[in-house]
Amino acid sequence: MIYKVIGEVLIFIGSLFLLLASIGIIRMPDVYNRMQAGTKATTLGALSIIMGVGIYHPQYFFKTLIISLFILLTNPVSSHSLARASHNFGIPLTKGSVLDRYAEDKEKGFKEEENDS
Amino acid sequence: MSSLLIIVFAFVSMATLLSLVRLIIGPTISDRAVALDTSTTITTAMIVLFSQIFHRAIFLDVALVYAVLAFLGVVALARYLEGGV
Repeated sequence: MIYKVIGEVLIFIGSLFLLLASIGIIRMPDVYNRMQAGTKATTLGALSIIMGVGIYHPQYFFKTLIISLFILLTNPVSSHSLARASHNFGIPLTKGSVLDRYAEDKEKGFKEEENDS
Repeated sequence: MSSLLIIVFAFVSMATLLSLVRLIIGPTISDRAVALDTSTTITTAMIVLFSQIFHRAIFLDVALVYAVLAFLGVVALARYLEGGV
């Protein structure tokens, strides 16, 4: 029963990553840093738990593969749209941050539009 | 229910509690949206763990539908924050 051991180890690693992600959500100083901690680590943790259940029960493997593919596709999309929305909403970066490429790009784009017209 | 599953459920429920704390105390509305996104992903993993405990395959369908609805909700919330088209 080697696959049951592999499934249990994957489930344990996934729960550890979920706990680390929510500790990052509490500890980080900024919306964007919290988004970084709260979406990447959560994606890895949820994928690990779901594939662990699929390996532990081999008759569930196809459904867990579909769920994990869906999470892998849609979680970056939702985090990207949240980051773009909060940047356009005007939420400032934290004090120690040194670079904001998106604001520079927006400024440059607006200037080019003005020059064209 | 083995002892490893009890430890796993302790970790996952502590993660849900911490993200709920951020959902309550978050200074801006964007913090609350991020905490909601994290909480929905943790809940999807938790529903899959229920099918591990009760040996029922029906919870996997529930988890798939919950993932679809949570994604739509977060994207709609983001579009509402952006305020437009």
